[in-house]
Amino acid sequence: MMKHYDAVIIGGGSAGLAAAVTLKQNGLENIIVLEKDGEAGGILQQCIHNGFGLQTFNEQLSGPAYAERFIRRAEELNVPVLCNTMVTHMHADRTIEYVNPEEGYQTVTADVIILAVGCYERSRGAVEIPGDRPAGVYTAGQAQRYLNIDGYMVGRRVFILGSGDIGLIMARRMTLEGAKVYGVAELMPYSNGLPRNIKQCLEDFDIPLYLSHTVTHIYGRDRLEGIDVSAVDENLKPIPGSEVHYDVDTLLLSIGLIPENHLADEAGIRMNPRTRGPVVDENYMTSVPGIFACGNGLHVHDLVDFVTLESSRAAEGALRWLKKPQNESAVITLQAGEGVSYIVPGHVHADMAQPCELFFRVTAQFDTAEVLLKKDGEVIRRAVRRKLMPSVMERLKLNPADLPADGNGLTVEVRERNAK
Amino acid sequence: MTTKELICVNCPMGCRVKVEMEGQTILSVSGYTCPRGKEYAEQECVRPMRILTSTVRILNGEHRVLPVITNADIPLDLMTEAMDVIRGITVEAPVEADQVLVHDLLHTGADVIASRSMRRAGH
Repeated sequence: MMKHYDAVIIGGGSAGLAAAVTLKQNGLENIIVLEKDGEAGGILQQCIHNGFGLQTFNEQLSGPAYAERFIRRAEELNVPVLCNTMVTHMHADRTIEYVNPEEGYQTVTADVIILAVGCYERSRGAVEIPGDRPAGVYTAGQAQRYLNIDGYMVGRRVFILGSGDIGLIMARRMTLEGAKVYGVAELMPYSNGLPRNIKQCLEDFDIPLYLSHTVTHIYGRDRLEGIDVSAVDENLKPIPGSEVHYDVDTLLLSIGLIPENHLADEAGIRMNPRTRGPVVDENYMTSVPGIFACGNGLHVHDLVDFVTLESSRAAEGALRWLKKPQNESAVITLQAGEGVSYIVPGHVHADMAQPCELFFRVTAQFDTAEVLLKKDGEVIRRAVRRKLMPSVMERLKLNPADLPADGNGLTVEVRERNAK
Repeated sequence: MTTKELICVNCPMGCRVKVEMEGQTILSVSGYTCPRGKEYAEQECVRPMRILTSTVRILNGEHRVLPVITNADIPLDLMTEAMDVIRGITVEAPVEADQVLVHDLLHTGADVIASRSMRRAGH
C-alpha cells in the first residue's frame, strides 16, 4: 500500500524547514520532509560564518545556529524529517520515489509537493579552463564542506576564480587557517559577491581582487602546481601577453550557483531559462498543479532570511491552493525588461487578493536607479533605488490594484536615473 | 575635514555609511539603516572589530569538527592570536549550542561559544 501525505517537502534545508513549519502551524498534519544528508539544515551547516538572521531574528547568527532554530521549531511541531533519504524520481501526478537505508525503495503520493531542493555549484567544466587535470581544483562549497564539517584543509597556497560569496568567505577562512591566498580573479568588471564580503573577507586580509581577469591555464600532473591568470578585454576574451603565473596547490572556483532542477525537469515543469529554476505564480506554484517551489531551488538567493520568507509564503500558497485548486482567472505575465535579468514569480493571477513581493536582479551596476513597473509601455509605478548591483537581489511590491484589468502583462525595467 | 565611505559588515545588506571626521573626532555619520551601522562606522574609524568564526576539534561527535563563534566582536588586529587559541582547543561531545568553550578570549571580553549543538556519534 502506497503511503499518501498531505504534503511532501523535498529538501530539509532552510527552505524546506520553513515551508514545513508553516504548513504544520496552519494545521496540515500529515506531512514529511525528505532530506538527502545525514542531518537537516542544508548548506547552512557548512556556512559557519556569521551574518544570518538579521531580518528574521534581529540577531547575527552563524549558519549552523540559524539552521538549529528551524530544526528545533520543526521538532517542537513534530514535523518528521527523514534524513539520508534521496528522492530519485518525481512525477507530474505527484508520485515521489525515494530511497533510504531504513526503508529501501519507497513510492509515495502527495496532495502537495514543495520542492526545496537547493542549488549546486558550477564547476570547472562550465568554464572550460585549458590545461592539465590535477587534484587541487575544487568548487568553493566543496572545499568549505571539507574544512568546516569534515575538518580537512584542502591546500596551503590558494588562488580563487570567481568573486561569488562562497569564494570570498573561503578566502578569509583559508587565510585564518594558515593558508596563503594569493588573490581572487573575477571575469566581470564588477564583483559577484556582496560588498560586505569584499570588505571583511578580502580587504581585511589584504587579499587582492583582480576584476576583468580569469584563469587561462592550469598546470600539474597529479597535484596542482600552478596557474596562469590573464586580464580580459571588454569582450571578456583573455589579452595575450597579460598572463601572470602563480605557484599554487589549490584553485577554488566560485563561479556561480544553479538551481538543482532535475526533479522538476523530469516532472515536465516549465523552467525559466534565466533563473534555471521553475516558473512559478504568486502562490509559488509551478506549471504542474500541486507542485510548488521555493528557496535556492527556485532562484539563487543571497540572503537566507529571504529564503525563509519566500518558503513560508510558498507554504501559504500551497494551503490556499488546497482550499481552491481551480483558478480560472487570467494569467498576467511579469516580464524582465531592460536592466532586469529575471523576476520571480513569472506570472500572477488577475484575482490575486493580497500584495505579492517580486524578487528580481539587475543586469549591471546602477548608481541611482529608477525601477519602473510598466503596462503596455506606460509607467504605472516608479521607485528610486541607490546602488543596485547584480549580486544583490532587489524586491518590489506588486499590489492587486497594479494589475491590468485587460490581463495584459507587466514589465519591470531598471535604468540609471540621469541617463537620457 | 575628511570623509570616509565604509561598507557596514554587520549583515548582508552591506549599507554604505559615510563618516565625516576632523582629525580623530567624528563629526557626523550618515547612510546607515539601523543603529548597528552607526556603531560599526564609529568603531571602524578607531579600531576595527569583527566577529570571529572557526571550528574546533570535537571528540566522539557526529562530525570531526564543531563550528564556533565569538559572542561579541574582537579586534581585527587580534585575529591571528585568536586563531592560535582556537586551534589549541579540543572538546568532547555532546555539546549544546551557545556553550562557552573559551572564557574572555585574549582579555577581549568575548567568549568563544559553540555555534550549534552536537550529539555523540551514533546517538
